[in-house]
Amino acid sequence: MAKRGDIVIDIERCKGCGVCVPFCPTETIALGPEVNSKGYNYLVKVNDTCTGCTNCAVVCPDAVITVYREK
Amino acid sequence: MKELRLMKGNEALAEAAIRAGADAYFGYPITPQSEVIEYLMAENPAERTGMVVLQAESELAAINMVYGAAGCGKKAMTSSSSPGISLKMEGISYIAGAELPCLIVNVVRGGPGLGTIQPSQSDYFQAVKGGGHGDYKLIVLAPATVQETVDYVKLGFDLAFKYRNPVMILSDGIIGQMMEKVELFEQQARSTEEPEWATVGKKPGRDHVIVTSLQLQSEEQEKVNLRLQAKYREIEKNEVRYETIMTEDAEYLFVAFGSAARITRKAMEMARAKGIKVGLLRPQTLFPYPYEAINKLADQVKGILTVEMNAGQMVEDVRLAVNGKVKVEHFGRFGGMIPNPDEILNALEQKIIGG
Amino acid sequence: MAENLIKPENLVYKKTSVMTDKVMHYCPGCGHGTAHRILAEVIDEMGIQNETIGVAPVGCSVLAYNYFDVDMTEAAHGRAPAVATGIRRVFPEKYVFTYQGDGDLAAIGTAETIHACNRGENILIVFINNGIYGMTGGQMAPTTLEGMKSSTSPRGRDIKTMGNPLKITELVAQLPGSYFVTRQSVHTPGSVRKAKRAIKKAMEYQKLNKGTCLVEIVSNCNSGWKMTPVQANKWMEENMFPFFPLGDIKVPQE
Repeated sequence: MAKRGDIVIDIERCKGCGVCVPFCPTETIALGPEVNSKGYNYLVKVNDTCTGCTNCAVVCPDAVITVYREK
Repeated sequence: MKELRLMKGNEALAEAAIRAGADAYFGYPITPQSEVIEYLMAENPAERTGMVVLQAESELAAINMVYGAAGCGKKAMTSSSSPGISLKMEGISYIAGAELPCLIVNVVRGGPGLGTIQPSQSDYFQAVKGGGHGDYKLIVLAPATVQETVDYVKLGFDLAFKYRNPVMILSDGIIGQMMEKVELFEQQARSTEEPEWATVGKKPGRDHVIVTSLQLQSEEQEKVNLRLQAKYREIEKNEVRYETIMTEDAEYLFVAFGSAARITRKAMEMARAKGIKVGLLRPQTLFPYPYEAINKLADQVKGILTVEMNAGQMVEDVRLAVNGKVKVEHFGRFGGMIPNPDEILNALEQKIIGG
Repeated sequence: MAENLIKPENLVYKKTSVMTDKVMHYCPGCGHGTAHRILAEVIDEMGIQNETIGVAPVGCSVLAYNYFDVDMTEAAHGRAPAVATGIRRVFPEKYVFTYQGDGDLAAIGTAETIHACNRGENILIVFINNGIYGMTGGQMAPTTLEGMKSSTSPRGRDIKTMGNPLKITELVAQLPGSYFVTRQSVHTPGSVRKAKRAIKKAMEYQKLNKGTCLVEIVSNCNSGWKMTPVQANKWMEENMFPFFPLGDIKVPQE
């Protein structure tokens, strides 16, 4: 079974580009309905299936995602 | 101990660069200054002092190599002649804007365009009024002898670092090519200092250094301009250099710089022999310009003749200095032609005394 | 979720400290940010932040110096390889990189690029190729594809009158002075990881003093191409990669 992970999204720095979304193998993330102070629909976690694979953080152009994974 | 040598201007300049402890020279061949890089390559200063000498692919590349090395806090220089200096103007503007020290030598030849390879002073405006884009000034030193060329290399680097401003030596094809006796100063050690404004690798505990001339906010760019202007006023206050010859009793005045001043001096002696009381003021710095000295002499003399190897450029600064007090006229030969003392004396008699 | 995983011992990825905390000015989804980040990560992992000097270009990445926490110089348009030459020649022990776009590197700076690489300057050139002038508003670049629309090729690039797109990376690979030349992308997690390995290799090669390393990154310009970031990445795969194929072009002969 895959390890469990979690992410922290820096909402204010997220530009809502969505580049990360298709690379999440567990459909943990999506662009949300809310906007940040710049007016971007920032990234949100939509379920708890994160495996800590880091795909989203690695492909993020603005380095807004911090990733944790159980040891 | 005095070290006297008979040297060509361009070669003496190159030797002076090594002795001044220059860290890097980047150049591109162009007549009449190619001996500078030829001498440096032959001398192999990498062995003598560790100085870098590199022949770039263009004048553009050369000045931008200077920009890179100057940003590292190093004593960097380049030399060229008029068409090549035009190509360097982009880089010089960036260096002035980023407030970096460097030395640029222009061994001037006649223009416009490809012009001629013969000597000229037709780059005066380009040198003293900025030259490239934007409000900036170079410190401009105008040697009249091979000795001054040597001395100004050292002075030029000193001023460049004192004010963090590019310095230009405005020479010409006569001074670059002729041989004269020259006293060389002793070898100076290359500096090991790392100025706090230089890109030397981020040191722990300090912010990263950014060398740039870009300010996207107008308010910030205006601040940069105000700081530059304050610096130029400081330079004007401290660094004006000129020589006066037989001005004490002068009724007329010649103003000439560089090679033209040497020829004008002969014309002055011929005039004196005829009983005409004429003196000579020779600016050694063209920026800052000796406005005040000329203004004072304008109270004493009846008229002023500038002698230039151009169509009349410095005459505008003399007129600014004189501010209408007396007549100011220009005499020049250009396109590579050199005035002779007879025609200078004749011009004084026709345009100033008789005019 | 029963257990809180967000604690230091579980950390597997965070922004490198070799990037500053300034919010980058790039458009959402622009590959510049990713390329910056992996270059910064390499500097971090190699522990060379204090020995690295970067050169920023003119173009969209003109402000790159605000985002790398290393000493940097902002060069005139196209002149970064000359500036980097000046730096590396007076500091032969330091790591020097330029970061340049296609207009900067392959149009106005072609001479500086070719000659720095031909001299074998021991610098790393990171070359972002998105086939367009982004900063000035989407004009035709030296790398704009045949038929590709831009604000100065509004009916598509016409080879007959506008010339051909330039594969400058292949050109550089021909030069004896270049040591490692590769073309990468940063649009998928896999490609990012690969591009980062290439940059790391290139940075490490600097210590060997064996010549210039050039890492091209074929990237997107969703604003200039007038697409969403995800569409732009797809368009890039379908249109840019066939003409600018990914992979190593020149690898060191060990």
